Amino acid sequence: MTLQMQAPQPKQLQLLKVLGPAHIWALGVGIVLVGEFMGWNYAVGKGGAIGALIACWVIGLLYTCVAMIDSEITSTVAAAGGQYTQAKHMIGPLMAFNVGLYLVLAYTMLEAGDVQVAGQLIQIGAGNLGYNIPWQPFTVLSLVLLAYMNYRGVLATLTVNLVITAAAFASIIILVIGTQPWHPGAVLLHKELLTGLPYGWIGVLASLHFGIWYYLGIEGTCQAAEEVRSPGRALPMGTMLGIITLLIAAALTWYVCCGLLPWEYLGWDNELAPLYDAAHVTGSPTLTVILFVGTLFSAIASANGCINDAARAWFSMGRDRYLPIWFGAVHPGYRTPFRSIIFLMPVAIIFALFIPLAQVITFSILSGLLNYTFMPINMVKFRRMWPLGSIQRGFEHPFHPFPSIVLFTLCSITFFAVYLGYGRQLLAMMAFYIAASCWFAFYRYRYVKRGDQFTMPWPRPAGY
Amino acid sequence: MAKKYIPPKQGVASQLFDVASLLALVFGALFLPIWLKIAVPSRVEELPPGVSYQLQTDGSKKWSGLTWEKLRQNPTMQQQWEKLGYSKEQAADIITQPFKYDIDVLGVGITAIVVIGYFVFMLVMSEKEYREVIAEKFD
Repeated sequence: MTLQMQAPQPKQLQLLKVLGPAHIWALGVGIVLVGEFMGWNYAVGKGGAIGALIACWVIGLLYTCVAMIDSEITSTVAAAGGQYTQAKHMIGPLMAFNVGLYLVLAYTMLEAGDVQVAGQLIQIGAGNLGYNIPWQPFTVLSLVLLAYMNYRGVLATLTVNLVITAAAFASIIILVIGTQPWHPGAVLLHKELLTGLPYGWIGVLASLHFGIWYYLGIEGTCQAAEEVRSPGRALPMGTMLGIITLLIAAALTWYVCCGLLPWEYLGWDNELAPLYDAAHVTGSPTLTVILFVGTLFSAIASANGCINDAARAWFSMGRDRYLPIWFGAVHPGYRTPFRSIIFLMPVAIIFALFIPLAQVITFSILSGLLNYTFMPINMVKFRRMWPLGSIQRGFEHPFHPFPSIVLFTLCSITFFAVYLGYGRQLLAMMAFYIAASCWFAFYRYRYVKRGDQFTMPWPRPAGY
Repeated sequence: MAKKYIPPKQGVASQLFDVASLLALVFGALFLPIWLKIAVPSRVEELPPGVSYQLQTDGSKKWSGLTWEKLRQNPTMQQQWEKLGYSKEQAADIITQPFKYDIDVLGVGITAIVVIGYFVFMLVMSEKEYREVIAEKFD
């Protein structure tokens, strides 16, 4: 290890360009779809079933703005690191360092939640077969296996994601059909189970916090920008198709779960897998098995994509010297950011084993939310510094600056939603980012090569 | 032309120190507050009128006066709880723990100042650093 640290890999070694639009869809939806299988339901706990539905729509609007903005900037700044690289070019190194950390922590915490669910689900499945086993070894084992697959190469990793994400999405559709939504009252019992707004409108506001979970991570598509064959086409297409898929899946998930489960159960902090429980309550063994597999696949696909994305962000920061350059190495054979993949694994394991699901995903949500708050600032500066026509864009989103204003407003409201019920975690997260920012600005920045931070072949930005 | 900044070389020990610092920040700020139960969700216990319990030595609760009706569960809800394998006592452990949304003006104010202050600090410092980047790249 010492020798490797003294002699980092040659800089010219690049990640492979092997991905197409389907892989981008699989990366985005694969990371996020688990949010329909677990986590969104805590929005029901904070605001009731109707509150969670309103959160689904409002946060759906937030993410539509995210996808529009992301599609324009990412298809133009096609480099590993996604929003991190954008921040370097539009706002500056400290912002970029923070955005890199948002990405790493959002994905690492999501990954921790995913493997926690996978381990506990295996425990539940074994319990149903009469075996009492601990969940922790399966959580660790699934993370180690996924990290190994990521280590070996991105194409196989995301091809596996494509298959299991499609299977998980199909399981939601099968469950919806199995509950006969065309016969209200036969299986689905909305009339008896929906209870209005148990906390009033303040609860609706609070539920926006976990409403994020319906869609969190779709912006991860742009982490693969450097490994895509045709970024200008694949990134907007994969991202927009991804958000459409998720809007459909979120609405179907809410409809089925809230028609089968009492809201207090659905929203309880320890409720692990609402779609699986909904299938169980139908009494159909076939649906139960299908949703068991769907939930497991969604958790595995999400953890797989998260390992991929967190490692890309960490790798990019290492390559740019925001972190020790040792992390900026590419594997000479597999062409993956192998050191970053391995380094982040123990962090995810510790949070997965020791932190409850609702709290670990709150950290992921908060890092995502900080990232979304950065996006409108980034977008406004991007259009101002390089107006339309001044550089070639892969995609131009319409109605600018309206999506940025909507996004900024919704992010501000969602911070307040997190404060309601999880205020101390919000402050813990802010304490971390403030301390990390001071560490970078007053200590680490001296190792950064200034001019090297701007790598796009663009003219000088207006106003500088 | 702007003078090119040459950063110092970083040795192995210094790289390890930086990694250890970041890990200490992650676990100190995020893991410890939850592990020590300082940062927990703001739920409160609210028992329905006429319902109470006694804590047993093994940590379980001995309920009295508990019915599904007092838990505001209609027959359909009751049926779904039972399909999930929950008795009314087990359901009560969940139903009697709602969130509490008291808005503490001072708390909201402090949190808002922290979040806004963080963004302002970051944007101001980033702007200064960005000008250095642009000067070195384009001048």
